[in-house]
Amino acid sequence: MADTPHVTLRGVRKVFAAQGGTPPVDALGPVDLDLARGEFFAVVGPSGCGKSTLLEVIAGLTPVTEGSVAFEGKAIVGEVPDGVGVVFQEDASLPWLDVSDNIAFGLRHAGLAAAERDRRVRRALELMGLVDFARSYPAQLSGGMRQRVCIARTLVMEPRLILLDEPFGALDQQTRLLMGDELLRLWRQTGATVFLITHALDEAAMLADRIGVMSARPGRLIDAVETGWPRDRDSRIVERPEFGAVTARLWKTLREESLKTLGAQLRAT
Amino acid sequence: MTRLNLYRLLVILAAIGTLEGLCLAGAIDRITMQPPHEIARDFVRLLASGRMNGAIRKTLGNSAIAFAMALAAGISFAALLHGMRALRATLDPLFATYYAVPVFAFYPFLIVVFGLGDVPQVLIGFMLAVVAVIVNTLNGLDRVPRVLVKAARVHRLGRLRMATSITLPFAAPYILTGVKLAVAYALIGVVGSEFIMSRGGLGYEISFAYTNFENATMYPLIVLILVISIALNALLTGWEKRLLARRGQR
Amino acid sequence: MTTSVEERRQRWQAVRHALLLIVGLVLAWQALYLWVGDIALASPLETVRYAARLLTTDTFYPHLRDTMLAFAAGYALAVVLGLSIGFWLGFHRLSGEVLEPMVVAVYSLPKVTLYPILLLAFGLGISAKIAFGTLHGVIPIILFTLAAVRNIKPILLKTGRALKLTPLQTVRTILFPAALPEIFTGLRVGFSLTLIGTLLAEMFASQRGLGFLLMNGIGLHNVELIMAITLMIVAFAATVSTVLLHIDHRLHRRV
Repeated sequence: MADTPHVTLRGVRKVFAAQGGTPPVDALGPVDLDLARGEFFAVVGPSGCGKSTLLEVIAGLTPVTEGSVAFEGKAIVGEVPDGVGVVFQEDASLPWLDVSDNIAFGLRHAGLAAAERDRRVRRALELMGLVDFARSYPAQLSGGMRQRVCIARTLVMEPRLILLDEPFGALDQQTRLLMGDELLRLWRQTGATVFLITHALDEAAMLADRIGVMSARPGRLIDAVETGWPRDRDSRIVERPEFGAVTARLWKTLREESLKTLGAQLRAT
Repeated sequence: MTRLNLYRLLVILAAIGTLEGLCLAGAIDRITMQPPHEIARDFVRLLASGRMNGAIRKTLGNSAIAFAMALAAGISFAALLHGMRALRATLDPLFATYYAVPVFAFYPFLIVVFGLGDVPQVLIGFMLAVVAVIVNTLNGLDRVPRVLVKAARVHRLGRLRMATSITLPFAAPYILTGVKLAVAYALIGVVGSEFIMSRGGLGYEISFAYTNFENATMYPLIVLILVISIALNALLTGWEKRLLARRGQR
Repeated sequence: MTTSVEERRQRWQAVRHALLLIVGLVLAWQALYLWVGDIALASPLETVRYAARLLTTDTFYPHLRDTMLAFAAGYALAVVLGLSIGFWLGFHRLSGEVLEPMVVAVYSLPKVTLYPILLLAFGLGISAKIAFGTLHGVIPIILFTLAAVRNIKPILLKTGRALKLTPLQTVRTILFPAALPEIFTGLRVGFSLTLIGTLLAEMFASQRGLGFLLMNGIGLHNVELIMAITLMIVAFAATVSTVLLHIDHRLHRRV
């Protein structure tokens, strides 16, 4: 039971059909990937390589053109399975609800009892440092805090698999480091499997157990780096000499792929 | 009261004061208009007498019906149209030029078809209001960010739940703009039709009073309609502003 | 960046959609006629034939001329008044802030109820009609001109000073072109609303004009007459509005 991977992808390909003038886009694959239960897996790759598509495929938001995706042994077909949480790159906070109601959103629709719902929301507010803003509206918060609201809203559902698509993309460097530490803390507390997309190599190297490097479009996983970090780590991991080795290896593979992407863009203009 | 509102009050008072002065001085003769203070007196008398209650009920009732029809039809049609890109592209020129066309020009046609009852007036009110609802609802639906739809799917919401708990609340302020316009247009349509030709209602009473040189009835009625229209608009604008303020917009 | 090939394709698509719409409406009309019958409706063909006949009838033209005259005068007045008041409210910040909501409030009034006042003030002639049309058209012109002036970026004024232009030259060569797109939108909406106001006035207390002919048709129960005139009015309004919209789009695109 502990040996079955949490998430399995086999021969996954995604082609976006042609639409009114634009040709079909071969966005992803073929990709083979196994995520172990409780693993922290990061994906890096040049822009446009299909990282977000890969995430949406795992989440069940996008159907595959070829291949199979399975979560906890069951195939994913067309809808998001129970137990999966997603934090998007863009702000997904609901502007007409205050922070508490935003966080409670999923719980309300899951039909949870009011007492349990309030308990979880309170815990999430404390965990994400939003207690003082429980009654504020997203419009009154900074981008980083809104992202924390979205993370809180995902966490109260107690997902077993958490997918994050460049969640800290819009934040400044210091906030990113702090949020990274928080993410690690939450990961340890919940024991969930985490799949993180980031374009920042140092972030991937700092946070993940394993890092997948994607090629230029159509994206395939061309390298997987095991960091071997201990489970209770934080951003101070950057002080270790092995950290430099990890980022160097990532960049070596990534640099080639990025040049390919850049070359393709230059040729297109 | 804010400074601006104080100025606005002063402007209105100055205008009324000027009118009063011109009337008392005889620059405006009584046949054209009686002095404002008399209009105010006649206004109170008219309402107190209850003579216009039937007309008020008729006009407001028909306007409400036209409004409700426009809202129901407009929102449903917009929701339907939102998913049908080809049909929407075909209807777009219609929506773009709709309010340039004199809808009242259809009133005689409606009278000939439906007779001179309430139906033609309600239909004109409906025809004026419905496109405003459609266009604004479509606008609101267009603006729902795709990330929210994806987030709803992650929470495994069915289509109905997604519409009621994500799409509609997000689009609400924009739909409210359409509602505001629909209220104004329904009233304009009904009152205008009553005025041109009808058997009852406030528009009819105004035209009747005019034809019979009854300024003592006509001006108070005009004031009444202005008050109703401004009050409704102010109410809805206040609501719209509050909704948008919560979101940090406008 | 759209290439001219794409632009042409989009425009061709837009024309196709508009034609499709017109054909659809005519078909729906014909279907309705077949269902409802001769008493209540005239078919598209009959209506067009009647309209053509009208245009060859001598007695029709005085009415058409009357409407067009009242409309043209009303619009000219609306433009002059609207632009002047709009510019003033735009440049003089305080007046603009105080008065703008009040002008907006007039927008949503059933202005037809104010018509008797105009009739009492101007009498039963063409003047009341013109005044009513002007009342309708002047509001959007004021509001859009006000907004256009307010939105002129201060950098443009500074540019005028830096180039040592006189105030008139600044207005003519910098400010006016910058504000033109939005002012034009006001003129476009004002055009349509003046037409609506003129017709509305004619439908109430007039003995001449297209609006009068429409109301006359009710008494005569002449469905064809009513539909023919309605069709002419709608066709005119829709065509002009589409042309003005097209110009509006092009003006806004070059900004």
